[in-house]
Amino acid sequence: MSRRPFIRKMRRSWWLRRRRTLFYMMRELTSLFIGLYSALLALGLVQLARGSQAWDSFIALITSRGGVIFQLLCFAFALFHSVTWFAVTPKAVPLSAPAKAVIGAHYAVWAVISVVVLLLAGRFVDGSIQ
Amino acid sequence: MDVVPADILVIGAGGAGLRAAISIAEASPSLAVSLLSKVYPMRSHTVAAEGGAAGVIKDNDSLDNHFHDTVAGGDWLSDQDAVELFVKTAPLELTQIEHWGCPWSRESSGRVAVRPFGGMKIERTWYAADKTGFHMLHTLFQTSLKFPSIRRFDEFYVTDLLVDDGRCVGAAAIEIRSGRMMAFVARAVIIAMGGAGRVFPFTTNGAIKTGDGMAMAYRAGVPLKDMEFVQYHPTGLPGTGILITEGARGEGGILINKDGYRYLQDYNLGPPDPWPRKKAMELGPRDRLSQAFWHEQKKARTVKTAYGDVVHLDIRHLGEKKIDERLPMVRELATTYCGVDPVHAPIPVRPVVHYFMGGIHTDIETATLVAGLFACGECACVSINGANRLGSNSLTELLVFGAFAGRNAAAFATSHPLPREALVVSLARAAQARIRTLFEREGGEESTSRLRKLMTHTMETGAGIYRTRESLEETCEFLTQLRDRYDRLQLEDRSNVFNTDLIQALELGSMLEVAQAIAHSALRREESRGSHQRLDYPERDDSNFLKHSLAIYRGTEPPDIDYCDVTITRSKPGKRVYGDGAP
Amino acid sequence: MSDTVLLSITRYDPEKHSEPVFQSYTVPYHEDWVVLDALNYIKDNLDGTLTFRWSCHMAVCGSCGMMINGEPKLSCNAFLRDYQDKTIKVEPLDGFPIERDVVVVIDSFMVKLASVKPYLIAKEERALSEGEYLQTPAQLAVFKHYTQCINCLLCYAACPQTKLNEDFIGPAALALAHRYNLDTRDGGKKARAETVTSNEGIWECTFVGACSQVCPKHVDPAAAIQQTKISASVDWFKSLLQGNRS
Repeated sequence: MSRRPFIRKMRRSWWLRRRRTLFYMMRELTSLFIGLYSALLALGLVQLARGSQAWDSFIALITSRGGVIFQLLCFAFALFHSVTWFAVTPKAVPLSAPAKAVIGAHYAVWAVISVVVLLLAGRFVDGSIQ
Repeated sequence: MDVVPADILVIGAGGAGLRAAISIAEASPSLAVSLLSKVYPMRSHTVAAEGGAAGVIKDNDSLDNHFHDTVAGGDWLSDQDAVELFVKTAPLELTQIEHWGCPWSRESSGRVAVRPFGGMKIERTWYAADKTGFHMLHTLFQTSLKFPSIRRFDEFYVTDLLVDDGRCVGAAAIEIRSGRMMAFVARAVIIAMGGAGRVFPFTTNGAIKTGDGMAMAYRAGVPLKDMEFVQYHPTGLPGTGILITEGARGEGGILINKDGYRYLQDYNLGPPDPWPRKKAMELGPRDRLSQAFWHEQKKARTVKTAYGDVVHLDIRHLGEKKIDERLPMVRELATTYCGVDPVHAPIPVRPVVHYFMGGIHTDIETATLVAGLFACGECACVSINGANRLGSNSLTELLVFGAFAGRNAAAFATSHPLPREALVVSLARAAQARIRTLFEREGGEESTSRLRKLMTHTMETGAGIYRTRESLEETCEFLTQLRDRYDRLQLEDRSNVFNTDLIQALELGSMLEVAQAIAHSALRREESRGSHQRLDYPERDDSNFLKHSLAIYRGTEPPDIDYCDVTITRSKPGKRVYGDGAP
Repeated sequence: MSDTVLLSITRYDPEKHSEPVFQSYTVPYHEDWVVLDALNYIKDNLDGTLTFRWSCHMAVCGSCGMMINGEPKLSCNAFLRDYQDKTIKVEPLDGFPIERDVVVVIDSFMVKLASVKPYLIAKEERALSEGEYLQTPAQLAVFKHYTQCINCLLCYAACPQTKLNEDFIGPAALALAHRYNLDTRDGGKKARAETVTSNEGIWECTFVGACSQVCPKHVDPAAAIQQTKISASVDWFKSLLQGNRS
């Protein structure tokens, strides 16, 4: 038979070719940074349990230039992750409320939780562990 | 040559073909069904139908009303026993497809909604927004996936019916992707291959509507009935011919000429108020509306555009909300293909060829004169539509007669043996030889696209909305020449793999045969009735022509035209009255 | 503004070519022409061997999907005026084997479509004589846009997962399963679950969202899949709780 269907191979760089897929890969990459940040927090807890010296070295780490840059990067990616996630929730969960209200509600809850966490953190800083 | 045996062969997987296959599979799951189509079923042209499907459902309606509307709409050329059966079966079939999941639009009570439609006294047109054909086709196709006894052959182009000693024994088909010819053997065969709008230059019909089913039945000895009756849908977009559903008028749309005047009132369809009123003005029958356009054009009252003359379909007064709810596709089509948003501006429209009332001559049970051969859907002529079809009867027709064809083909198959394979293969080889001649030809001077263009042009000029003896004779003569030139057709594409040049050449062959049947039938009918209008015979002539025409294939010679009786039962031929005096 | 347009089209005839090549054609420019009109012009006047699928020319049959300047589009819906002064590159739909020129093999999709049992599995039986199932406009509105899929496969071409994993059931098929799951007359969610919630089903989707972006009928398959993920998870939890009880 003369048929010979031609199969096109997908290139490794498939995600670079269009803006839409590049954006998608960046979005997925955020999970890496969120994972790393979670590891950092876990490290902090471990160091805290180990005593004041270990804790001081942890503080030194996160206040160092590299440490700050890393955390800012994580914050940026977490922000990106959250914004893109909020934007698509109306699709994934079709509530009877209009999309804007659903997205708005997410931001509102996020703001409230952020405020609560910051207040609690402030409390601990005041009665800080020496 | 590869051979595929089956109990029943269904050719065509649009609304009628799918309904037939499902009917067989449901009732007799042990019967093997081969379902062939030259395109994937979702592409069948049923998909483009918009407005709705008629079936009596309201308390203030009756089968009698549907019957009378249809018979009068058909200008008394419909076979009334068939119409009786049709209107009775319609509501059941529409309910059946609802049970299969068809998303009919609803009233607030949850019951199926109906809308008014042209030529119908009481609203009975079930609709799924303005994409009824789409929803019906997809519901049928998806339902067909339930049945393992239906074996599909997608993108197989059937070239010939195989007939032995007065019985249809199968078909020869090309597997388009490989170019391989195959022989399909069956105990019964159903043709559901659609109409032939592509014979004309301006049509709502898609590329695939090339009358292959009509042509192959014709060549196999089955007469083509009432071919002169070609329906022009009053509202197609200029240039593309894209259909703007009658539903737009059912919802209250109006037609105005260049002076903003609702001209239909000048053609015995008025008065224009109170509006809306059934069977009046824009809800008149299609033949009258298309003919009115022609007259307006002669009076220079139509609007000139780059694509010829148009009139305006105005739905602005319906408001954006109603348009988006009931006519979203109309809005999308007008905006996309015409640059006109019907919420803010009227849509330019003109009559375009849409439907064939005529077709393969069958009886009330979808059987043809060839034993074991059945036909249903647009390619068939029972006849329920007579000289002019009412909108929304056709989608119902697919279901009603598709189901009948399935049932009757199954009955035939279970009482007849499978034809001998060797016999069928030898018949298929003869078909193959014919195609090889075309495929292997060198030095031919004609091209498919040029002959096709010449054919469509002569059909529109000579056999359009209004015809005369001179125009028809000229077209008949020219078609004979074109058929002769067809024998010198040269293919450019010589590949075996998905050769659309070959397919289009074969489709052209079908179209030329169908065109001849149309033109000669029209020439012989010396009266005006329904959609067949003669300027030289402007009146209806019941004493001579209250009968069906039968075009009989004579090879390279023009067809013989014979006649057969119309079955008249309860409704004696009368005047078709629309507008003020409509019954 | 030129009065001609240049099209560069994939040509592939396995009887002549070892692999696809590009061929260029110059066609007249018309303001309201779509790419399909240009392809037909080429076939009728310049090169009768050019091969492509089409039928309705009104974006409802789904035949004419192809890659136009790298984007999956219906050629009957891609207007020349939107590509002014650029060469228009016409290629076969991504992710499917090329049969001939811009015609692709869609066998895999037909199998995937059938695998989700895309037909009504009635929740309760009803005789024809009892008339239609009742369904309010509000109930219809819930699933209506998921019924609009024309099977054009632009979503498969846009979705990277269908290429990274050939067995992925894909957007259109999963959206159709969702359509039936949401239909108040249907009781077949469980019957479909085996395929829909399999490893090749919804869980292969990583919510790229490209499918919904390219869909010409606004079916929103991405939403359908994510909603199915939530619904499937809830059902799984429920079955876990019920399992514990027994």
